[in-house]
Amino acid sequence: MSSVDPDRFYSKEHEWALPDPDEDGVVIIGVSEYAAEQLGDIVMVELPAVGDAFEQDEPFGTVESPKSVSEVFSPVAGEVIAVNDALEDAPELVNDSPYTDGWMVKIRLSDDGGLDSLMSAADYEAFLEDLEG
Amino acid sequence: MSDLLRTPLFDIHRRLGARMVPFAGFEMPVQYDGLVAEHTRTRTSVGLFDVSHMGEVRVAGPDALDVVNRLITNDLNRIADGRALYTCLCAEDGTIVDDLIVYRLSPQEIFICVNAGNRAGDFAHMKAHARGEATLTDEGDAWGQIAVQGPKAPELITRLFGAEVAAQKPFRIQPVAFRGTTVLFASTGYTGEPGGEIYAPADSTPAVWEALEEAGQDLGVGPVGLGARDTLRLEMGYCLYGNDIDRATSPLEAGLGWVVRLDKPEFVGRDALIAQRDAGIPRKLVGIEVTERGIPRHGYPVLHAGKEVGVVTSGTSSPTTGRSIGLALIPTSLSELGTPLAVDCRGKLRAATVVSTPFYTRA
Repeated sequence: MSSVDPDRFYSKEHEWALPDPDEDGVVIIGVSEYAAEQLGDIVMVELPAVGDAFEQDEPFGTVESPKSVSEVFSPVAGEVIAVNDALEDAPELVNDSPYTDGWMVKIRLSDDGGLDSLMSAADYEAFLEDLEG
Repeated sequence: MSDLLRTPLFDIHRRLGARMVPFAGFEMPVQYDGLVAEHTRTRTSVGLFDVSHMGEVRVAGPDALDVVNRLITNDLNRIADGRALYTCLCAEDGTIVDDLIVYRLSPQEIFICVNAGNRAGDFAHMKAHARGEATLTDEGDAWGQIAVQGPKAPELITRLFGAEVAAQKPFRIQPVAFRGTTVLFASTGYTGEPGGEIYAPADSTPAVWEALEEAGQDLGVGPVGLGARDTLRLEMGYCLYGNDIDRATSPLEAGLGWVVRLDKPEFVGRDALIAQRDAGIPRKLVGIEVTERGIPRHGYPVLHAGKEVGVVTSGTSSPTTGRSIGLALIPTSLSELGTPLAVDCRGKLRAATVVSTPFYTRA
C-alpha cells in the first residue's frame, strides 16, 4: 500500500494540501504517493502561473507520462502564489518524492478554501483501502 | 473486468503484480514495474511480452497460397517456405482492414497473425473474399504468444531452443520441439530489437514463459507490458492499427507502399490503390518531433502556417531518446523532411518538424 503522509489533507482526486507552516492562509499542494504511482513515469508537468485563481476541484495543471496525460485538480479554492519551477527540468521529482520535493503549487486560500471538506490522512488511508480492494 | 477474455498467462501476470487493463476485449498487463524500466529492459537486456491476445488464422488446402495472396497487398510468391511477410489486408476501397504478419509454411499452408481487436472482422473479411480450394480456420483460442525482444534475446533463445534456432535470420519461422510439445519460433517483433515471437499451444504457454524467466535470470530478463510495447514500437516508427492506420487510410498514405505489390495480377483493393497512385496520394503518415515543451498525442491537430492541416495519430515522450515524437497524417505537399509544423497540445501551439523514422537506431 502506498504511503500516506499523516500531516496533510487529501482529496478524492489524490491531491494533498499541507498548511504552510510559514504563512497563515496558504497551503502547499501536491499529489499523493498513490497518485504518483498511478500516473506512471512522469516526464512532463505543466503548472499554472503565479496569480492564477482556481475553484476547489478545478484542474490547475497536467502531468504526462509516456503513455498518458492526466489533469491535476486543485483540492482548495484560492490564488497561486508560487509554483515549483524545479518540476520543469525534473518532473520525476513527483514520482521520487511526492510529499516533499515533488510539491506543485502554493495557494493562498480564498475564505476557508474548502480545506474542511478534505479527508484527513486516516480517512484517506481508508479511502485507498477501498479503492485497492 | 469479468466479461473480458484472459490469456493463458493471466495467473502469471497476477503473480508479477501487473496492472491489468481492458484491451481489445482482453484483460491485459499494461505495466509491471514501470513503463520506462520495462522499455529500457527491452533496449538493454531482454523483455518478455504476453501477446497471446493476437489472433491466428490458418489457411490450408491446395490453393492456400493463392487464396491468401489474393487477400493481401504484399506477395507471397516473393518469399520461400519458412519465411514471413509484413502486409496489409485491404478492403475493396483500398483502406486498411488490418496489418498482418503472414507466414508461408508451405504453398498449401499459410499461418497468419492478426491484431487482437480485428480478429472477428478479419476472419469474416477473409472468408468473404477467399476464392479457391482452401480452408480458413480461426485458431486464435488455440495459441498463446510470447514475444522475446532485446539485445540479449538471442542468448536467451539459445538457452531454450539451441544456437541454431537463435541464429535464425529475421522474418523466418520454424517449428521447435519443446518439452513434449511443438512451438513455432518466428524471428519477428515489434520493437526493433533482436529476438522473436513464440507461438505455443495455449496450455503450454505458461511453461514456456516460466522457462524463459528462469533461463534468463542472469540476463536481466523481465516482463514488459502494453505501455512499453507501444513506446518501443513508436520509437521504430511502426504503425499501430486503430491509431495510425484504419478503415480511413490506405497503405500508400501510411507509408506502407513497400508492402503493396501493384504488379500482382489481382488482390482485394488493387483497383482502388492503382487509382489513388495515379491520382496522386493526398496525405502521408510522417514522423514528427515536437521541438518545444510538449508531447504529441493521438488526435491532436497539426498546423502549418497557422492553418490546421492534419492530425497526430500516435505520440509519446521517447524513453530512449527523450525526444517528443509522433506520427502524423498530413498533406503530401508538407511531408518533406524539415517542414515546420505546429501541434496543438490542448490549446497550446508547439513547434514541430517533419523528421525521419525510425526515431531510434540501435548503436
